[in-house]
Amino acid sequence: MTDIQRSNWLHIGVVIALACSFFILPEYHSGNLARILVLAVYAMGYNLLFGYTGLLSLGHALFFAAGMYGLGLAMQFFDFNPIAAVIAGLILALVVSICVGFLALRTTGVAFMIVTLMFAQAGYLTILYFGEYTRGDEGFVIQQADRMVGMIDLTSPMGRFFTALLLFAICFFIIAYIVRSGFGLALVAIRENEERATMLGYDVMRLKLQAVVISGVMSGSAGAAYALLFGYAGATFATVQYSIFPLLWVLLGGAGVTIGPLIGTIFMFYLIDYSSAITPAYMLIAGLALVLLTLFAPQGLAGELRRRFLPWLP
Amino acid sequence: MTDKKKGPKLVSRRNTLKGIGAGALLATTGMPKMMGYAQAQTSEPIKIGFQVHRTGIGAAYGRWYDRTTQAAVKRINDMGGINGRPVEIVAEDDGTDPKRGAEVVEKFASQHNCDIAFGTLFSHVVFGSAPRAGELKLPYFVVSEGHHVASGKLNRYTLQPGITDVKSQVQAMAPFVGDNLGKKVTMIYPDFAFGHDHRDFFSEAIERQGGQVVAKIAVPPAETSFTKYFPKIPRDTEVVYHVMVGPAVLTFVKELGEFFGPSRPEIFGFIDSLEAVDINSPGLEFLEGTYFWEGMPRYAQANQTSHDKLYREAVGVDENGASTSDPKDVSTFAHMFGCWETLNIVKKGMESAGYKGPEDRAKLIEAVEAMSDMPMSDDHPQGAKRFNGKTHQTFGSQYISKVTDGKLVVSHTTSIEDTLYEDEVDYTTQPF
Repeated sequence: MTDIQRSNWLHIGVVIALACSFFILPEYHSGNLARILVLAVYAMGYNLLFGYTGLLSLGHALFFAAGMYGLGLAMQFFDFNPIAAVIAGLILALVVSICVGFLALRTTGVAFMIVTLMFAQAGYLTILYFGEYTRGDEGFVIQQADRMVGMIDLTSPMGRFFTALLLFAICFFIIAYIVRSGFGLALVAIRENEERATMLGYDVMRLKLQAVVISGVMSGSAGAAYALLFGYAGATFATVQYSIFPLLWVLLGGAGVTIGPLIGTIFMFYLIDYSSAITPAYMLIAGLALVLLTLFAPQGLAGELRRRFLPWLP
Repeated sequence: MTDKKKGPKLVSRRNTLKGIGAGALLATTGMPKMMGYAQAQTSEPIKIGFQVHRTGIGAAYGRWYDRTTQAAVKRINDMGGINGRPVEIVAEDDGTDPKRGAEVVEKFASQHNCDIAFGTLFSHVVFGSAPRAGELKLPYFVVSEGHHVASGKLNRYTLQPGITDVKSQVQAMAPFVGDNLGKKVTMIYPDFAFGHDHRDFFSEAIERQGGQVVAKIAVPPAETSFTKYFPKIPRDTEVVYHVMVGPAVLTFVKELGEFFGPSRPEIFGFIDSLEAVDINSPGLEFLEGTYFWEGMPRYAQANQTSHDKLYREAVGVDENGASTSDPKDVSTFAHMFGCWETLNIVKKGMESAGYKGPEDRAKLIEAVEAMSDMPMSDDHPQGAKRFNGKTHQTFGSQYISKVTDGKLVVSHTTSIEDTLYEDEVDYTTQPF
């Protein structure tokens, strides 16, 4: 079996396993998994930019929030149906990511981090400024009755889970395809040595902008899905904390590994969930676990797996 | 070629063990979903999921909400529990975060098998959590004082029977401010939804009194220094109306005093600006003679009721509103009574609904919706309440206190009628 075949089976197998898990897991955990899948999409978008292109953004919450508010406001004020509202969310995330990418990519390294952080902060304050429409930090609810797609009730456990899985599968396969394509390999070349990629004739600026846009739209799709599936849009999701989360998920799961974001999101979710049941100082436990992982598995869980046992992991 | 006939394949011991193993796995993992929630035995405790702000911006409130809740549950259990069953609190920290809040509600419903969820304060957490509570059909009793419930933005499973909302509070303040302090008001408020509610509701209410808001000064969230905002206060201001929340409230009030110096206009504030803060902290001397809204008077008053006394003793709060074990640990007294009163309402609701388990959740909500007047009592030490079953919101008296000799002394108590406004929703028309 070639590495490509192995990779294909891995991605298909993961999606099938996730689908089966809905029927096996208790309700609480299958509900968690629906949320994890949406957040993993966010992390996958982040991973494309950070893990494969080597651009560390501290402002991805802006893209997540763009998708969330694009959908939420379209439903709230223009009575869009869920499908049209998702498209509105994606379009807003697309526009925002083009603008941010165009300006932020004029910088590199630490400056890129700061510029993206500032853009996200500006986005957060914009949401607060237009509080009359966005309801600011308080946010707004997307009513249960509005979250139907045809006969599919997105508020039912099954409807929510399989919608989340569908989005996850689409993004998972897109990422798997991209990282094996010439485009993906060029991104890795930029990550490894940007000057060399330029010398080889790649239009580095264009490639990086494309990576920002794909990453931003994917993150926006997660934001739109979160609002649609869980019925809430709020400015909290545009705060810097929500820009740090995907970085943590990707670092824990494995940067530059397609399955890393899913593993990292699951790990982080349950680390907080279980440690909060043990002690109110659960963030201390979470922090300790993160330090230990960084020390002993610096490439993340999937990255370590690839280094030790599965070198073919894409 | 040989033609080998295969005999009947016997089930091997290995396969049998595999089958048993798979069956056991299915039973332990899949069965919960198939069977659903087993009906509670009558001797089992009633589980109340307590969504508590242990960390994040609401931590100071969360600490005191927790203490009040534990005290209320102890009292209920000492009196025989609810329908003869003990009450158990299942507390989960929501980090004052709407995403985690929703996850906690899910955990209450499908992991801990709680009968209800309860206790949320910050509005954004309520907004993030309420949709999931409605979908999971988990009664969700919030103690938030936000207008979100009565505004009709939530659902039939979300109720606020133990604390009044900001719209009614602000509306009831305007006549006192207009008649006693001045007609030209400058408002200073946090630039997010809670502050905007104050801005909008008070502006309308003071205009009805013949007054006007001459300046609206919004302070961005996470601001740590406020001096640059105070010069925006117009010179003809007669009353400064302030409300602030978050970790920088003490700095805000101190800097307000430094700005005005010895000559200041009348000052009227919401105690939110000083919740969990000692009013005798250095730099707050200028507050002497100013007025505050209080949901419940922090300092035991000269005419203290027996209900107030019992409540303070049970929670562990002294006559100055601080912890009996640490006088520097000032409580969030103006808000936390909501936990106490909400739990007593839940008890009454469950008893009148004959609540046995989650299958009776709809009956519980109907029983609470049927409630109306609740006289001041040990169950309602803050004062009498009038619950509106249609809007799922309670109404009650508000207190205006004047800082006198370093203490908050009640100088005016509004009537319940002062706080009423027209219904904006009828949740009882929504199906369960």
